[in-house]
Amino acid sequence: MAVKAIDTYEFEPADKAENFHGACVIYAGWDGHLLFSSPYAWPLPPDLPFAHFIAGPMAEIFGQHPDWAGIDWNSAVWTRNGEAFAPDMQASIAANGLSHKDALRFRTPGRDGLNGAGI
Amino acid sequence: MDMPVTKKKKLGLKERYALMTRGLGWEPSYQPIDDIFPMDRFEGIKIHDWDAWEDPFRLTMDAYWKYQAEKERKLYAIVDAFAQSNGHLTLSDARYINTVKLFVNGFAPLEYMSHRGFAHIGRQFRDVGPRVACMMQSLDEMRHSQTQIHAISNYNRYYSGMAEFRHHHDYLPYLQVPKSFFEDAATGGPFEFIVAIGFAFEYVLTNLVFVPFISGAAYNGDMGAMTFGFSAQSDEARHMTLGLEVIKFVLEQDPVNVPIVQKWLNKWTWRGVRLLTLVAMMQDYMLPKRVMSWAEAWEIYFEENCGALFRDLARYGIVMPPCVEQIRLERDHLSHIAWCHFYQARGTSDFHVWLPSKEDMDWLSAKYPDTFDRYYRPRYEYWAKCEAEGKPFEATAVPMQCQVCQIPMMFTEPGDPLTLCQRHADYKGEQYHFCSDHCRDIFEDEPEKFIQSKIAGHEVFKGNAFRPGTDPTAEGFNPAAEALAFFRIEHGRDNGLHNGSTDERNFALWRGLAKAND
Repeated sequence: MAVKAIDTYEFEPADKAENFHGACVIYAGWDGHLLFSSPYAWPLPPDLPFAHFIAGPMAEIFGQHPDWAGIDWNSAVWTRNGEAFAPDMQASIAANGLSHKDALRFRTPGRDGLNGAGI
Repeated sequence: MDMPVTKKKKLGLKERYALMTRGLGWEPSYQPIDDIFPMDRFEGIKIHDWDAWEDPFRLTMDAYWKYQAEKERKLYAIVDAFAQSNGHLTLSDARYINTVKLFVNGFAPLEYMSHRGFAHIGRQFRDVGPRVACMMQSLDEMRHSQTQIHAISNYNRYYSGMAEFRHHHDYLPYLQVPKSFFEDAATGGPFEFIVAIGFAFEYVLTNLVFVPFISGAAYNGDMGAMTFGFSAQSDEARHMTLGLEVIKFVLEQDPVNVPIVQKWLNKWTWRGVRLLTLVAMMQDYMLPKRVMSWAEAWEIYFEENCGALFRDLARYGIVMPPCVEQIRLERDHLSHIAWCHFYQARGTSDFHVWLPSKEDMDWLSAKYPDTFDRYYRPRYEYWAKCEAEGKPFEATAVPMQCQVCQIPMMFTEPGDPLTLCQRHADYKGEQYHFCSDHCRDIFEDEPEKFIQSKIAGHEVFKGNAFRPGTDPTAEGFNPAAEALAFFRIEHGRDNGLHNGSTDERNFALWRGLAKAND
């Protein structure tokens, strides 16, 4: 709905891609691992290979969980904005078709949190 | 010659009120009234008879000065005594000071925003009755903000995290939640503002803010905060009555007002409760001597008191906001979700955090038998192990945030406490994420407003959280350290764990000196 206002009420979105100096904001959350209170956000270069996103920024944070080391990435199940997504690990963020402010989630079957309790 | 004595009868309250409010107004003669008051119609609220507005207190300016001046004298006498007798050393425990930090950073600036909001709408209504009432409330809110800052400044002399409360409120990520809440209200029209703040916040939710903080102060030996609480109490009672009067007045004026008011109640009850996540956390985790649990406060102050209120409003066609169903499902999770978040995001906070002790956890289990042991105790026990091993768990990455409430996306699916909740919307070729159906509904009702949200994490990425003159392309530039410097957080002093903090050490040292001989 339009905002009721005393005059024309139109604005530029504050977080358009071009405001991020060439980076593309990607969110990622690890389902079944609530030790991490929320998904996190990273400004990534679009040419960053997906595998480097995992091994770099994601590992830095998620690596604190005992489940992280030794994840079989071939069996990980991903979604992008709620829809199924199959990343090509060697391809870049852009070549994987990811765009600014996409929200990724992944599940790691067999690794279901502390004592398998989803935490 | 005797002078004839005309014995003037003293004016009654009602007459004095009439003269001092409506009697001060006038009919414009050379400007159309719609040009003088251009703001009170665009929201679609129809008022046919402004004279039906009744100020329940019939308070006039002269009486207002008299009452408030008396309260000021008492308040400052106690605040001074508190300062001179080192009152901060009589607190239950140093951890309590973090509640004071949360208050001065998160809530005192909202009192100031409320002052501005009421001053603004005190100009916008075409009838002099509500204008005078708004003006008085505006003055109250300014006074609350000042007395809170004065009382808390005693703590600022000794402890960290308070000196930059104004800057922190404007920029520190977690404080963008309360800040954006009020900015949303203040950028609505005058009727939305008064329903949002005067009714939803001051009436429906006020006891859930006021009682936990002020009783918390009383239980924990904080004479300063207790006193400003009591000093504000009679004002709050007046604001509550005013909020209710406003709602009834608007609903009685025209049936077209009912769905508009209902929409605002739905929105602001949800936004208010999202904001109260901070209070829930304070109540269950931050008071060394506890008052009652968040769940208990919710039962008394929302389910019982507000349940009765909504039953009363049913005759106008108003129903309980639908979000209340989700709030009930979150009741036994809210404070735990929040403390787990603040524990791990402690690097960008201006107060200290700690893990609940065994005794704390037993209390939490007793208060939250269906949720604490199953979902939250395992996290704390794991983190305690990490701390004991010298590798405390910390999330230094930027959390994903909700576009509307701006809270990190930490809430779980209603009814599924092990899955984080995410909602999604597209608008004009951009995508947005939300913590809940209710925040998405608020966005979809006014997308053009919320695409302007300043999402704290994004502001850092855009380079808006650097001090002037910073060169982010310089060799060895550390964006995280620069962002902390911009936020004016002294790393290792203002943020981090309570155990081992300077505040903890100083409190123990000074209290020792106060209570024992050398």
